[in-house]
Amino acid sequence: MTLLEQPDPINAAERVFRRGDDSAVLRISEADAEMVETVDIDPLSDEPMIVNMGPVHPSTHGVLRLVLEMQGEQVLRSKPVIGYLHTGMEKTGEQLSYLQGGTNVTRMDYASPLFNELVFSLATEELLGIEVPPRAQWIRTMMCELNRISSHMLFQATNGMDVGAVSMMLYGNRLREETLRILEKITGLRMNHNYIRPGGVAVDLHDGWREDIAGLMDLLPPLIDEFDELLTGQPIFRERLQGVGAINAEECLALGVTGPILRGSGYAWDLRRDMPYLNYDELDFDVIVGTYGDCFDRYAVRLNEARESIKIVQQCMEKMPTGDYRLQDKKVTPPPRARIDESMEALIHHFKIFTEGFKVPEGEVYVAVESPRGELGCYMVSDGGAHPYRMHIRAPSFVNLQTMPHMMQDALVADVVAIISSVDPVLGEVDR
Amino acid sequence: MSPEPETAATPAEPATLYGVVISDSPGQVVLHPSVEQYLPTIEAMKADGYVSVIDLCGVDYLTHGGRSLPEGVAPERFEIVVNMIAHTAPRRARLRVQVAESDPTVPTLFDLFPGVEAMEREAFDMFGVVFENHPDPTRILMPPDWDGHPLRKDFGVGSVPVQFKGAAAPR
Amino acid sequence: MGIIKDVKDNGMGGLEYNFLTAKIEDLVSWSRARSLWPATFGLACCAIEMMATGGSHYDLARFGMETFRASPRQADVMIVAGRVSQKMAPALRQIYDQMMEPKWVISMGVCASSGGMFNNYALVQGVDQIVPVDVYAPGCPPGPETLLHAIVTLHKQIETGELVKRREATGAGAGIVVEQRDGQSDTQIVLSR
Repeated sequence: MTLLEQPDPINAAERVFRRGDDSAVLRISEADAEMVETVDIDPLSDEPMIVNMGPVHPSTHGVLRLVLEMQGEQVLRSKPVIGYLHTGMEKTGEQLSYLQGGTNVTRMDYASPLFNELVFSLATEELLGIEVPPRAQWIRTMMCELNRISSHMLFQATNGMDVGAVSMMLYGNRLREETLRILEKITGLRMNHNYIRPGGVAVDLHDGWREDIAGLMDLLPPLIDEFDELLTGQPIFRERLQGVGAINAEECLALGVTGPILRGSGYAWDLRRDMPYLNYDELDFDVIVGTYGDCFDRYAVRLNEARESIKIVQQCMEKMPTGDYRLQDKKVTPPPRARIDESMEALIHHFKIFTEGFKVPEGEVYVAVESPRGELGCYMVSDGGAHPYRMHIRAPSFVNLQTMPHMMQDALVADVVAIISSVDPVLGEVDR
Repeated sequence: MSPEPETAATPAEPATLYGVVISDSPGQVVLHPSVEQYLPTIEAMKADGYVSVIDLCGVDYLTHGGRSLPEGVAPERFEIVVNMIAHTAPRRARLRVQVAESDPTVPTLFDLFPGVEAMEREAFDMFGVVFENHPDPTRILMPPDWDGHPLRKDFGVGSVPVQFKGAAAPR
Repeated sequence: MGIIKDVKDNGMGGLEYNFLTAKIEDLVSWSRARSLWPATFGLACCAIEMMATGGSHYDLARFGMETFRASPRQADVMIVAGRVSQKMAPALRQIYDQMMEPKWVISMGVCASSGGMFNNYALVQGVDQIVPVDVYAPGCPPGPETLLHAIVTLHKQIETGELVKRREATGAGAGIVVEQRDGQSDTQIVLSR
């Protein structure tokens, strides 16, 4: 298989604008797609056939359902059908106070929960007009990068398994476990940490965190190099990914796609560098870009981003200041645990802040961070009460999913699996 | 970060951009086009370097009618909020379109930014705002035969009372 | 073969004429417990922990369960890992119906067990409204230790036959609740009904 030629720049994004039958998107309703299963089809005929893949399928990363129009082994048009994990989190978010909201949003993108908490907290702080202490900022930066590593390692595990390198499941999970062990030590939970909260972080780093993280940072690079050796040069792996599911930068921009998919197509856009938040403007790291925008480039971008994250974590360790790990503002932060035992006022304060929450001035705000999957945004409207009036999460996977039909057009059915895997959707975030 | 307003803001004249009333929000400019101005504004912004529609969502202001809006913008029940991004001289802009409850229809942005397809379907599914000329105007998250639009404020949370121990087994 | 003078000298060859007696019921349940193949029903966060359980740190293969079957026809136990939405519920029931008897269900995590923190319009409040659940594993998400404990509990119950009797009597699953586990302490098993 040869690499795809660079597209004509003038009409580079033309195919994503198509509406009719020539579009790559199969725009039939879900009910119709279910009906076609009952129609008798002559197995020997050349007629295109509609195949439902999912929602329960080992390589659809959870509960994604794809309706594929197939001609033999070739995909003509396709449509991702989502909603099988719709949890009503945006509705639930309106019932919870700003302090409770973190527990809700952290369960959206369960491969990188800290980013969800971060964007929720940033939006709340923006509305409150408060500035968190520097140490909290640095802890947040460092924890997010640790989380980015674990998320990208999970991608390596599932991507490897989906294209037939089954042992990657074990290798990737091993590396992820090492990262999770540190996250658990700091936050108390393996996943869904609820660690980053409005006003700072939940607890300070434990004694000896430097040794723990330094140990992890020594452990990771050789393991990532091992992945590189195992996969990058492996002819079967390359054959499965190279030239498959190509998409160019113009199409990505038209579709609103962000993250490794956009960068894989050779377009250097990373919110951490271009619209810095937290402390990213003080950190030195590279934005990884691909060339052809195919599955292999997306794999390589993620692998190298994990290496960049290691660099960032090391810089964070060097620059970690002393000070408060959360804002000492009685309005938004609960009293320290020790004071509750001795002070009646602290107990009342603690009770009030966790039952009623704090009021946030009226207004609306949109903030965005660069999650492992792309731009993760939070649009929050406050009516001046203790609960968000509307909490909307701009989920990167939700938007990125729209590239699938265009990537899959004219691909073989075996490539479909590679393409789903390279988009790396987290369905919890897609459906919310 | 945001581009300079075309007319200087004076107390009498509200500030405008692309002929649309604007207000300020942390880090970005907020435009308040009417439904008629919506499509031309986005077109002008696309020509002006806004490369992507990053986000599109709905808001139901049923129980929060008295929100602060710049002068000349009449509040309606629904709002469609569009977030756009420009990569050269990185900046963001947000559009808040007031959509009346009596006629919840806005034109689709599909022909300018095809990436809104899923987001508009979500806004339709959750709020019942119809996007005219949308290529696939169906529900996206809820089952196709679902009744109602869950994120509307008059749609209940749908929680069931929690029963604790001692409750009879369901089967 | 010839005549064997001493059984001890013969080693494993003795299997050809040695025998042991057991109730057929015990043999069947013993073999069932040791060849449980789970059907993949990964839905949300818990699915990631289920994958981690299959990974080398926790090594589900020790219990003969590392073969996650994508086809429900080849699976014996369904691990419902994650929140079940209204849209997913019919598909879940269909998968369950396609599984061969005897079959068991582990409800992994609070979302699958009771809806968890998401008490709203979108979620089924407990997967036991759709399929009979045998073991409930709590936690959000349950750590791999808790899932392993739930699996071992299920094995024990299958071996003793306790579970089959209960289902015949009530038509529902056994409703065994295991306590959340941190990998350190012994935990108690509570029969809920």
